[in-house]
Amino acid sequence: MKRELKIVVNGESYDFYIEPKTLLVQVIREMLGFKGTHQACDSSSCAACTVILDGKAVKSCSILALQANGKEVLTIEGLADGPKLHPIQQAFIDNWAFQCGFCTSGQIMGAKALLDENPDPTREEIQSAMDGHICRCTGYNMINEAILDAAKRLQAQKNSQPQKGSRSAKSEEVA
Amino acid sequence: MREYSIIGKPTPNVDGPAKVTGEAAYTIDMTLPNMLHGKILRSPYPHAKIISIDISKAEKFPGVKGIVTGKDSPGGRYGLWRRFRELSDQECLATDKVRYIGDPVAAVAAINEEIAERALDLIEVEYEPMPAVFDPIEAIKEDAPMVHDDFPSNINATRHIEWGNVDDGFAKADYVREDRYVLSPAHPCCMEVHNSLASFDKGTGRLTVWSSTQSPYFLQQGLADALKMREGDIRVIKPHVGGGYGGKNSTMPDSILSSMLSMKTGRPVKIVFNRDEEFTATEHRTGQHMAIKIGLKKDGTIVAMEVKTITNGGAFTALGATTLYLTGTFITMPYKIPNYRYDGVRAYTNTVWGTSIRGFGAVPAKFISETQLDRAAHDLGIDPLEIRLKNAVEPGYQAPGQYTFESCAIKPCIEKMRERAKEKWPKLAKDEGIGYSAFAYMSGGIFNWIDTPYAYSSAHIKVNIDGTVDLYTQASDIGQGHNTVAAMICAEELGIGIEDIRLHLGDTAHTYTDLGAWGSRETLMNGNAIKDAAGQVKNKLIEIARLKLGENIAYDLVAKNKRVYLELRPERGLSYYDLVKDAIKANDGVPIVGTGHYTPHNKGMISPAYGMGVMAIKVKVDRETGHVEAQDVLVVHDCGQVINPLGARGQVEGSVHMGLGYGMCEEMPMDQGMVLNPEFVDYKILRTRDMPQIEILDVPTYEPNGPFGAKEAAEATIAPTAPAFANAVYAACGAEFYSNVLKPEKVLKAIREKEAKEKATSKAKSN
Repeated sequence: MKRELKIVVNGESYDFYIEPKTLLVQVIREMLGFKGTHQACDSSSCAACTVILDGKAVKSCSILALQANGKEVLTIEGLADGPKLHPIQQAFIDNWAFQCGFCTSGQIMGAKALLDENPDPTREEIQSAMDGHICRCTGYNMINEAILDAAKRLQAQKNSQPQKGSRSAKSEEVA
Repeated sequence: MREYSIIGKPTPNVDGPAKVTGEAAYTIDMTLPNMLHGKILRSPYPHAKIISIDISKAEKFPGVKGIVTGKDSPGGRYGLWRRFRELSDQECLATDKVRYIGDPVAAVAAINEEIAERALDLIEVEYEPMPAVFDPIEAIKEDAPMVHDDFPSNINATRHIEWGNVDDGFAKADYVREDRYVLSPAHPCCMEVHNSLASFDKGTGRLTVWSSTQSPYFLQQGLADALKMREGDIRVIKPHVGGGYGGKNSTMPDSILSSMLSMKTGRPVKIVFNRDEEFTATEHRTGQHMAIKIGLKKDGTIVAMEVKTITNGGAFTALGATTLYLTGTFITMPYKIPNYRYDGVRAYTNTVWGTSIRGFGAVPAKFISETQLDRAAHDLGIDPLEIRLKNAVEPGYQAPGQYTFESCAIKPCIEKMRERAKEKWPKLAKDEGIGYSAFAYMSGGIFNWIDTPYAYSSAHIKVNIDGTVDLYTQASDIGQGHNTVAAMICAEELGIGIEDIRLHLGDTAHTYTDLGAWGSRETLMNGNAIKDAAGQVKNKLIEIARLKLGENIAYDLVAKNKRVYLELRPERGLSYYDLVKDAIKANDGVPIVGTGHYTPHNKGMISPAYGMGVMAIKVKVDRETGHVEAQDVLVVHDCGQVINPLGARGQVEGSVHMGLGYGMCEEMPMDQGMVLNPEFVDYKILRTRDMPQIEILDVPTYEPNGPFGAKEAAEATIAPTAPAFANAVYAACGAEFYSNVLKPEKVLKAIREKEAKEKATSKAKSN
């Protein structure tokens, strides 16, 4: 029996009827055609398929699409601001943080979820958060450096765009 | 040092924007209209006769569009050995018998993967199991079951290397030691599994195959041999590739069976392996037994070395025979060994087969020779770096009949290591240790097993009216960053920017041949071909400039910073863009082109050039649990002129990661031919928390055989990693290892054994 799936992916609403066993990664790759999300194992152990579901990094191969019903998904395709790369993407390029690039979408989405939660992580915190991701090319150090670099860029971006809370943050600093 | 505009400057990956946005298309991401999905039925037996195959039920299963079995096979045998046909020992589908657990016996094409998979269950195969052999030593015994009935024995290949007088050498030695090792197999574990999409054109009888491959040309050849077609009727396209590491050199059943199914159904067919198939039925780093004997003078000078190995080849040859040879040569590098003998045997067995995984034979070679050298140094009371320095080769060194080192800075590398290590690690805490290992590795191989009459690498350049440059080459970027290197070399030679270059890659229909990405060959070999092509174009532009400027001698003109000008009077010159327009107008409106090529000649048996260096790893051993923490890595290497420092660092980082895996946790245990850990859950790959930081120091040289003085920077550093790690554990706690995977239980056992031995010795002494 097919069931209805209402899902928002990269800001667009979609409505499908799917078999309950359908995995989130199948909806993303096969039904929506977002091929940037890759799958590299069959045992939920590589995190290449990581996407962000309601703000949290999840392995899209280990989640039924129906578990994402009514929720919002962000994939690598939704990260850049039009033609402008997201600071994490730019930091991955500038730090040579990928080689074959196959696990990269998952790494970047994992990094995004981490930096949303912890904007100024230490190297150890990055390693702890990213430990589920397998990369066979880079040996991870250059990925960690890219994430540290991205954190700085995001911080700088935030500082250059004063927002509501910025005054109180400043006054705290003065205090 | 020479001054370059682009070479040697950190340059972001030209594929960066595509790879960080998810837009880079890998074969696995591709579909075609009307496409079917294929699945492979594999043998559950390691060795069995095929009595019958009944596909009648499967054929009737709704959604199944075509099935192929051995009867449909065009009958070609394939492998990478056109020069030695008997070693091209693979067939499209098993016909008379299966040779390993996972041997393909049939393949189904259906409207989706699920239906194809379910249809596999409906194919009835009657097997008659036969005695099988799994151990290479058993396999070469006379009464062993034969893996290939048409081969004289299970001895798949032998390699003998000898120079000097080994027996005399040992007679002159003050110290001789002999050790035996067992090295376990390891898997390349590409993140993108093997997969291919084949489309057969019924009208023309031509085939197009998109595949995750390291070498479009090897695949074109392999398919032509297997399917008995003309190479020119097969077009291979290599999109972005999600890792290779040696595991994607061979033509594999994904491409052959998707092609056969496409020919049978008249529709495009895609076959994607799952991770289990990847581990159980694709190529891995060979497991092997090794014995090494070394003779030294009291002062640490090596006088003789003798090495024997027998490798578990598995069911087929792939590049295993060359791996066997290279193990025998890399083991001697980078040392002066006056008397040397090597005997290698590769045995066929009923297991999945091994090939040339990253390091091409150097990984087991260096593990045994560098760990043994440390024990010899310890016994002779010589410092580990001192013994390596004492025996290190100098520029111009020749191993008789084998190889010559032209650029060579191994001694400066070791000296720099000594200095830096002292500074970096002034004091060690309890249970900490530092291990060292030296290394050298080829910059592309001088091997022509495929018997190609083509140049080893070629490149074609076309300059358009607006100054943009189209560069066409089959050279493969499989993640190592060669596309960036190719663009940099082209731009440097023409004196223009990377942004002026457009790359056209990996399509056999539109590019000139290159043998692909293996043996760290692309920078040197394809780099030379690109430089040749760009040089031809440059000379045409310089000639126009000479005429326009009224200069007598073209040699005084250089192309740099988008101008062609007089080297000594830079103000006298012309814009590159204007010159291009003039050149094309003067050429009847035809774009300016150049076709360059490179094939090494008279450069010994292995390679025109060698990258080299020395590695140190610092560890801390937990004596209670046996857990070893790799804390710090220091690499000092000579890779000639670095083309792209970002990419070169990436290669070292990745090699150390895979090398540490070989030393710490990666193994493929098999039972009766069955791989016991065919998932990432059980096959342990180091994660980010396991990885130490790596400091890399360059000792630049100028390699005369390489483009702009460049040579290998990719694979060399995998080989010294595991032995440096084992040597560090030895330095920390005295535990000795004669196999590669230093898991906690193994470390603990080695510590206990050492302690027991010490107790027994002290007891004996006190008695």
